[in-house]
Amino acid sequence: MITEIVKNSARFIILLFLQVLIVKNIYLGKYFIFFPYILFILLLPFQTPRPFALLVSFALGLAVDAFYNTQGMHAASCVLMAFARGGVLKLFSPREGYDEILKPTIEHMGFTWFVSYSLVLIFIHHLLLFFLESFSFSEFLQTAARVFCSTLATFAFVIPLQFLFHRREERI
Amino acid sequence: MRVLFRFVIRNNYYFLFILLEAFCFYLLYSGRNFQGSHLFNSSQRIVASFYKMMFDTKEYLSLREENQRLNVENALLKSAIRSSAGEYFRLHPVAKEDSAYRQKYFYQEAKVIANSTQFRSNYITLNMGARQGIAHDMAIINSEGIVGVVKDVSVDFCSALSILHKDVRVNCKLKGDGSYGPLNWEKENDFETATLTDIPIHARIKKGDTVVTSPLSSIFPEGIMVGKVLDFQRKSGDAFYTVRVGLSTRFRNLNHVYIIKNFYKIEQDSLELKSQVHDKNDH
Repeated sequence: MITEIVKNSARFIILLFLQVLIVKNIYLGKYFIFFPYILFILLLPFQTPRPFALLVSFALGLAVDAFYNTQGMHAASCVLMAFARGGVLKLFSPREGYDEILKPTIEHMGFTWFVSYSLVLIFIHHLLLFFLESFSFSEFLQTAARVFCSTLATFAFVIPLQFLFHRREERI
Repeated sequence: MRVLFRFVIRNNYYFLFILLEAFCFYLLYSGRNFQGSHLFNSSQRIVASFYKMMFDTKEYLSLREENQRLNVENALLKSAIRSSAGEYFRLHPVAKEDSAYRQKYFYQEAKVIANSTQFRSNYITLNMGARQGIAHDMAIINSEGIVGVVKDVSVDFCSALSILHKDVRVNCKLKGDGSYGPLNWEKENDFETATLTDIPIHARIKKGDTVVTSPLSSIFPEGIMVGKVLDFQRKSGDAFYTVRVGLSTRFRNLNHVYIIKNFYKIEQDSLELKSQVHDKNDH
């Protein structure tokens, strides 16, 4: 339990700084934007109390907002994503439910499970984020394109990162 | 009342969700307001000091390119000062103490410590703040062209709207022709272009024309370089040209910039406000 808290706190800090100090400077046009920091919400343990998950996601979003100068946009998207996570977990749950010792990673849950789980949640996060950012329906098509492209971009970033964190965990 | 409490406690998860989202949207709403004070933005001390740390490393790595750019600018300035002007000034000495030659603009050098270009609303953080006399609505330029407008100021830092921000309008003119219109950063523009609208169709305009800031802008001094005309078109039924401008500022590598203080801005703004209020009272 304690080690789980320590690991998740470390992940929170590492992903936050990875996002705001390094990934923020990557530029691949205005359609492909990476937000790998949401891997933190994806990798929260299954048995995390749901209200607690909402609160830490909110904190993560606010921290990213401070660095991106976007008042509350990331916080709103992260809270929505954490909220949706409960439903998505229920939707993709195995027949006998989630085992206590399992973690939401590729290693434990299989590739297909993780891909569908993460793609749905990343899409929900990016959908709210980009529409809040453009804040107008006249740019609907462009914003939709940015949502799709960036969902794929973040996903492509999240998969190798996820392995990295998992390796770290084994070594610790 | 008790029933209500029990209802809230049983559904605490959903209420927490709604509460958090409501708070986020409140932040978002108050942040949209230009004059509003902002709880979370990068002019704040902790965030800015992190950015400064990153910037210091980056600055060291790009010293060579930066020196080159400053050298070029120095050479330009040297050729513009009095001693380079030769005979003209000797024949017509400028009386410095004359009130007609009071200083209008003051240039404060600053460094960009955070910048973005990929969003619809891009912001810049600079390492100068209230301590150096920076205030809301001051112009930011660099040796290549216009950069942005100061929005929020803390003691040691300030946060600015980049020209690459969907809400920024700068009044610009065609240098050759003199006709002017607002420059916006539209959704179809990337970080190298912007759109100049409302250029009347009688304007003589051609590709490659220089675009500079116009005297109508109360923020930017007149004649600051903006960019070159890439192409222009007239939408059917419009009485105006829409011009695509290639920005001269390379927003992907901003480093040294100047913040411009306009000493006459308050006087001009309050005068304009006064006549607007008078107008309203008359009607």
